[in-house]
Amino acid sequence: MTAWALMTRTNHRESSRGHSQTGRPVHSRHAAVRPFEEIVAEHGPVVMRVCRALLGPADAADAWSETFLSALEAYPKLQPQSSIRAWLVTIAHRKAIDQLRGAARRPQPAGELPEVPATDAASAGESSMDDELRAALDALPAKQRGAVIYRYLADLSYAEVGELLESSATAARRSAADAIASLRKHFSKGAKT
Amino acid sequence: MSDKQIIDRLTNAFAGAGGIVDSDGRLHSRLAALAERQGLLDVSYRTVDSPLGLLLLAATGQGLVRVAFSCEDHDAVLARLASDISPRILRIPRRLDEAAHQLDEYFAGKRRAFNVPVDLQLAHGFRRSVLEHLRRIPYGVTQSYAAVARAAGNPSAVRAAASACSHNPLPLVVPCHRVVRSDGTTGEYLGGPDAKRALLAMEAAA
Repeated sequence: MTAWALMTRTNHRESSRGHSQTGRPVHSRHAAVRPFEEIVAEHGPVVMRVCRALLGPADAADAWSETFLSALEAYPKLQPQSSIRAWLVTIAHRKAIDQLRGAARRPQPAGELPEVPATDAASAGESSMDDELRAALDALPAKQRGAVIYRYLADLSYAEVGELLESSATAARRSAADAIASLRKHFSKGAKT
Repeated sequence: MSDKQIIDRLTNAFAGAGGIVDSDGRLHSRLAALAERQGLLDVSYRTVDSPLGLLLLAATGQGLVRVAFSCEDHDAVLARLASDISPRILRIPRRLDEAAHQLDEYFAGKRRAFNVPVDLQLAHGFRRSVLEHLRRIPYGVTQSYAAVARAAGNPSAVRAAASACSHNPLPLVVPCHRVVRSDGTTGEYLGGPDAKRALLAMEAAA
């Protein structure tokens, strides 16, 4: 035990020196390919915020797992210059549509984010969630909800939001502005009652 | 209410939501289980504490594929695995529990041979022949680089044999530390010469 402790102390000194002696490269030439674990660690929180905002806390965990599972499958073919965050948020957007479509009683129009059932937030019993905000978000048309979430919770550019919603940067900017105006109306109404 | 106040209310409401991803690792475990079931996991890894510092252990479906000392820079080693094998890499400790346990026993002097499947795909050609031979050098025994070159099928390739040892992807488990210079000095080692001396001393004493 003492021998090991002694050895480890000297080893640190030796290893930092010995490394360059062997000429082994410290930095890999292939460092551009990042292990998927790093992607999960770095972007897991933003994907969770988006999933919660789109679906409410009860269904967010499933959507999060499904998003990263699809991402893992496609990851080796991802173009190196792509924005990983925008790519993940796009997958989360599609997973949320799938999930809501699966849960919906009537069929939803393709490419649209269906309305979130208003009972979601309440049934999950999450105390920290702003109930009034939840209701206000749920009341937004799908495009507006998507635009405001992807712009302000995922911090995507309007160009990226436009692409994600299959419209334009201008349309995305307008949807986000409309969403904020609707939220304001909702909050001021709530304040009076 | 200004736009900024509304945006702040929105971002504040979800600011903590990201935290639950890491709070108990439950979501990560679920992702790992789904990935395994669907055959989307190519490399799993964990770290394990040892008297030689923190070790990185990585495995494919075939077996243990990489053991790395902390002086090799674990992040760089993982990036290298991502390009050499596959970027579908997740940290899944339980898949490497057995290897970690056997290493613990080895350092405690309670194990003389490793009994875990290994994947030698990171070594090719002569280097691979050298590793195959190294696996047969018993605990507590040393061999010269020249003897290893001979045993691996190319007596004149002494330098190549030494190079195969210094690039061993599985140090400790494939015991390159048991190969020493003909003059009896220990020679180089991935984990530093002191680590090699300590390992040889431990094995000699047991």
